[in-house]
Amino acid sequence: MTSPALHEPVLQQFPATRWDAAARALIVPADIARAVAQWLTQPANGEFDYCSNVTGVDFLPKEIKEKTKNADGTEETLTRTEPGSLQVVYHLYSMRRRTGPLVLKQVAPREKPVAASLTPVWRSCELQEREVFDLFGVRFEGHPDLRRLLMWDEFEGFPMRRDYVEPADYEWEPTPHGEVLEKHRRGKVIS
Amino acid sequence: MKLLGSGIFKGMAVTLENFVRSYFDRDRKHHLFTKEYAWKSDAPADQLPARADTTVTTRSRNFPMLLHDGKGSEDPMASIRCVACQICERECPPQCIFIEKEYDANGKFVKRPVIFDIDISVCMSCQICVEVCPFDAIVMNSEFELSNNDRFNGLLVRRDALLKSNDYYHRIHPEEAQERDDRMAREKAEKEAKQAAADAAKKKAAELAAEKAAELAAAKPKVDPAAPTATPQ
Amino acid sequence: MSTAAPIAAPPYKLVRHDEAEAGLLEVSMGPHHPSTHGVFRMDVKLDGETVVRLKPVFGYLHRNHEKLAEGMSYLSSMPFTDRLDYFNSMANNWAYALAAEKLVDVPVPERAQYLRVIMAELTRLVNHTSLVGFFLNDLGALGTPLLYAFRERERILDLFEQASGARMMCNYFRFGGLRCDVPAGWLDRTRALVGGFPKFLDEFEKLLCENEIILARTQHVGVLSGAQAINAGITGPMLRASGVNYDLRKVDAYGIYDRFSFRVPLGAAGDCYDRFMIRMLEMRESLKILEQALRDIPEGPVMGNAPRVFKPAAAEVYGRVESPKGELGFYLIADGTTKPYRYRVRPPSLINLTVLEDLCVGHSIADAVVILGSIDIVLGEVDR
Repeated sequence: MTSPALHEPVLQQFPATRWDAAARALIVPADIARAVAQWLTQPANGEFDYCSNVTGVDFLPKEIKEKTKNADGTEETLTRTEPGSLQVVYHLYSMRRRTGPLVLKQVAPREKPVAASLTPVWRSCELQEREVFDLFGVRFEGHPDLRRLLMWDEFEGFPMRRDYVEPADYEWEPTPHGEVLEKHRRGKVIS
Repeated sequence: MKLLGSGIFKGMAVTLENFVRSYFDRDRKHHLFTKEYAWKSDAPADQLPARADTTVTTRSRNFPMLLHDGKGSEDPMASIRCVACQICERECPPQCIFIEKEYDANGKFVKRPVIFDIDISVCMSCQICVEVCPFDAIVMNSEFELSNNDRFNGLLVRRDALLKSNDYYHRIHPEEAQERDDRMAREKAEKEAKQAAADAAKKKAAELAAEKAAELAAAKPKVDPAAPTATPQ
Repeated sequence: MSTAAPIAAPPYKLVRHDEAEAGLLEVSMGPHHPSTHGVFRMDVKLDGETVVRLKPVFGYLHRNHEKLAEGMSYLSSMPFTDRLDYFNSMANNWAYALAAEKLVDVPVPERAQYLRVIMAELTRLVNHTSLVGFFLNDLGALGTPLLYAFRERERILDLFEQASGARMMCNYFRFGGLRCDVPAGWLDRTRALVGGFPKFLDEFEKLLCENEIILARTQHVGVLSGAQAINAGITGPMLRASGVNYDLRKVDAYGIYDRFSFRVPLGAAGDCYDRFMIRMLEMRESLKILEQALRDIPEGPVMGNAPRVFKPAAAEVYGRVESPKGELGFYLIADGTTKPYRYRVRPPSLINLTVLEDLCVGHSIADAVVILGSIDIVLGEVDR
């Protein structure tokens, strides 16, 4: 949903960035992310003064099976693993010019999820990057106050990751499934 | 020059005006707007207190109920609409419904639920179960006096307590019930028309086939050893 | 708070304060507090009565809405969106329906569009009257303006109950339209309410707007400049009070807002008084929109031809609406199944709290309550 021309100047100015047509987003490497962000805020380059939304997305490693035809005509199924990633998605708008959205993505590998913080450029990223750190575990370099936002400080784990397993100490209330169901089956009155 | 404090006095004049007006408000709708408790709307009018205001409208939804088409004191399970397809259980956002299907002595699935429990301490009255039910079997009740002293059993409403007749549904939600009945009648009529058309087509095809077979049989010569052979036509 | 290496074993830790902050009183305002608009904590460091440092602590109402939505179908998340900003359930519903409709491109019928605008503007009236009521509660006018506001809010909630079946958690919007049409007579009752509302607003303004106590306590308190607001991502009435003309109803013109003529009130000073007055003025503009919508609403169906099973193709969308608190956005990633892959709510209340510390530092602690009240937060949205 990025308007067609918004991302092209960025691709020209910063050749290391890449346009992902399926997600309609600019993939920006972490080392130049802040430079790109600073460049985008200038009036000559689109004046993107408003960062509306900062999100984290977790993509687990995926196995992709591809059927290929070999030279001698036999079919073979190749399995390759597409590496997972932790992505941080920024939606940028320009309030002065009323344009947007321009979608920036910082893609980090799941083993080492580090991204550049864009808080020095747009203050609205401050709380949202803290939330991405809290729920996904992405460390933002350059963030003035990186600590957990929604979970308590001593919490361990990153709940929004796709492979998060809830700890076994979770308190739950009896519903018609589970324990209540068991007691119902045995004919016991719950007290 | 504006007197300091005149803004405050202006505000106090507004409250004073409201206070005095409340004694003379004829319909008591504007100045005395506290409503009385929502007495049951099916009590006769002379037994309701003078300022009773039923706040339960004809669309209010509170917790679900299962519908059956029985009248009077007939067994509700004889005409229960639910076939235990478990779609509402899957779609329910807080997962408050629990259904178990009924199987007969041979292990074949009988289209009825033997257990249908809704935990109304979890139910959030969102009405998604009503929307996804393909059999118009579950609708929303507007009964709200459901508190009791038993924390677990009392708030787990079982199948028999959930079953209410279609007449009751007409009483509490007349327009919605009528719409639903009309739609069901229409769909039934369409289905029957389709079925009749299919039957008629089948019958016609069978008749045609029989005719053709009769023709073929007539065209074939009857072989009689005594009679001389006649040339076929 | 500065943290040195803890010298005590968990579960508690000792921290050393800076020398400069020795002797300051640290007050934890909340989570149980009548004026924090929900379960919200502010760790305030005070020098006498002046606020030196303020750290907001969130998460007391975190219900993991986003992860729940990844496990259920798109329609089943709709009732949970009601509970995000629990004052404005219709606006939340619309934001989610807007984002999902971008995924499947279902045209919404005309009558549904008009009804959506009517519901959204009624919600704006509900929110702004409640906010003014609660704001004055925080200032100390315990109850009177609040109950005047609630009198009108009750009438609007009755309308919501007649239309959708529930007063607050309406669950009324669907992908492609609305769940059902409004009952007979509803539009006339709404017209009557809209007709009588300006009189209520006049009375409300007479009660409040020239009150010297309010003027003294809210003017020049919590001044937010326009540039600061844009950079911090502030949206909604708080942004417009700082003089920035950015209203999504005009910028994005989602739904059929481009057919209605209304103005966008802007503030000059960006203080609490401006934020309070903006909401009074916005209510009058909402009444204009309501009059136009109620005049022009056509007959017709209220539900478009949405697919029976909502299974959008893989795509990423961001849909946003002007909720009464600010820009409420939904970021959805669909992956071709019946459940969303990623479901994110962009909460205006949380982002508006970015500047809470800057606004409060230097003012007294009583002003901190007033500033928080003027930001207009609902914890359901902040914590999701």
